[in-house]
Amino acid sequence: MILTDGSESSIKSFLRTLSPVDQVGADARAAMLATRSIKTSSKVWAIDIAISMIDLTTLEGADTPGKVRAICTKAVRPDPSDPTVPHVGAICVYNDMVKIARDQLDASGGHDIPVAAVSTAFPSGRASLDVKQRDTEDAIASGAQEIDMVIDRGAFLSGNLAKVFSEIEFIKGICGDKAHLKVILETGELVTYDNVRKASFLAMAAGADFIKTSTGKVTPAATAPVVLIMLEAVRDYYAMTGKKIGVKPAGGIRNTKDAIKQLVLVNETAGPEWLNPQLFRIGASALLNDLLLQRMKIRDGHYAGPNYVTLD
Amino acid sequence: MRIDVKKTYKLYIGGAFPRSESGRSYEVNNSKGVFIANPSQASRKDLRDAVVAARAAQAGWSGATAFNRAQILYRVAEIMEGRTSQFVDEIVALEGVTPAAAKKQVEEAIDLWVWYSGWCDKISTIYGATNPVSGSFYNFTTPEAMGVVGVFAPQKSSLLGLVQSLAPVLAAGNTAILVASEKFPLPAISLSEVLATSDIPGGVVNILTGITAELAPWMASHMDVDAIDASGLSATQEKEARLEGVENLKRIFAFKGDQTPQRVLAFMENKTVWHPIGI
Repeated sequence: MILTDGSESSIKSFLRTLSPVDQVGADARAAMLATRSIKTSSKVWAIDIAISMIDLTTLEGADTPGKVRAICTKAVRPDPSDPTVPHVGAICVYNDMVKIARDQLDASGGHDIPVAAVSTAFPSGRASLDVKQRDTEDAIASGAQEIDMVIDRGAFLSGNLAKVFSEIEFIKGICGDKAHLKVILETGELVTYDNVRKASFLAMAAGADFIKTSTGKVTPAATAPVVLIMLEAVRDYYAMTGKKIGVKPAGGIRNTKDAIKQLVLVNETAGPEWLNPQLFRIGASALLNDLLLQRMKIRDGHYAGPNYVTLD
Repeated sequence: MRIDVKKTYKLYIGGAFPRSESGRSYEVNNSKGVFIANPSQASRKDLRDAVVAARAAQAGWSGATAFNRAQILYRVAEIMEGRTSQFVDEIVALEGVTPAAAKKQVEEAIDLWVWYSGWCDKISTIYGATNPVSGSFYNFTTPEAMGVVGVFAPQKSSLLGLVQSLAPVLAAGNTAILVASEKFPLPAISLSEVLATSDIPGGVVNILTGITAELAPWMASHMDVDAIDASGLSATQEKEARLEGVENLKRIFAFKGDQTPQRVLAFMENKTVWHPIGI
């Protein structure tokens, strides 16, 4: 089902058909779901599924090949002392690190772990379309199987929706069947929940395989109400078109409690089908260590300390 | 007629005053068995949060110059002095002593705090050493902070015991998780108000109130706690703590109210440095 032909008027009339977001209601529902307490065997399950959903990320100007190799090794065997820990969902790095990451993953037995590259002039997205095209092609040529692109928030906020739409469509064309496309909405800059819902639908209609909350460079990032709204958008889009789109919150999810709250949101909004790494990812770096520490606590019966996980 | 503004007794973790995450509190009676307060009953998760806060504050506190630490601890004593009457009221209610005896205890506690704060910049001068080695090296040994220390304050003395246990641990450059006396927790809570308004960075001292027997095993088995002052544990609890603490080679010491630099040294470990001569 074609929702829009990509012209300004057609996008606008499609987005007008969407139900608006009840801001107070969304905040209240997200807060209510955050009070769910997940214990014992459910918690064990949640920790493992959360580990397998992590896009283990390093997006610093100070990244080095050594650091990228270290997180790749960690991605394959997060806890070297415990082979029952699953591997993470993906590695997320800047373009120039993609090949290094791919080689290291292959060398350490992580053939099935994809490398995601942040593309299209991440994190601002302020570059010409030519540059964005080159950026994306370069990432795919280096071995990226997932492309995390940013939308042009300036264009979106000034109402130039066709520009946003055509850019996503264009990048999707480059990705083709070689790479999954994740579209970063940067919800911290979208001002209202209604905009988050609109941007989500815009991205999905333009061909996104995943919609992602944030770059991690802007606060607030993946707040619970925003993730709730994006999950609702994904659910509604599935009802309209029969296509399942993934969701990736990123930024600010630092501990096990936060991660489990996200899983509760998924289960209660999009449904249990989304509780797998093909449809839900968590962009994080510090989170993995906390999940491992919690896992050790459950396994050993006492609290572990940061000396027992890697420094990264 | 005025309605009293009653105090909500809370924990002190990472420079903030949270309630227990478990939502629990327990009853504290005065010396005559009459109910006086509902302090928070800390759970193992509060203890875990306190350890995280203490670990985060460790580098800053032990990395501060010894002189600076001494100044900061001295300022705590200054603020305690201003709160004397609050401490006196609490000690009178809990221990059933006369106001004069309570005042004496407070003064002793403040003086002791000043005494230990003075040790910050003297301990490594006195207990450090230059070692004779046969080679072209200077060889130094200096005591350095051990890290994160769990402190079980003595059960019977509400303020003085607290200071006897806490001050040496801080003077050594450690960060602390203090578990207050179970029956006499109020001066510990007032001390947390003192610490919050002093210059001590948040997380350097974390104060938990609650049931000692409940918290002791979790403290003892916690892999990120480096040492324990077990003065407030019973003989059985201390023995169990020693067994639980074996896993990460925790240093566990108990003291009987002694005023000595050995209490500071107990929570330090010697580091030796070899420095080449003539290069």
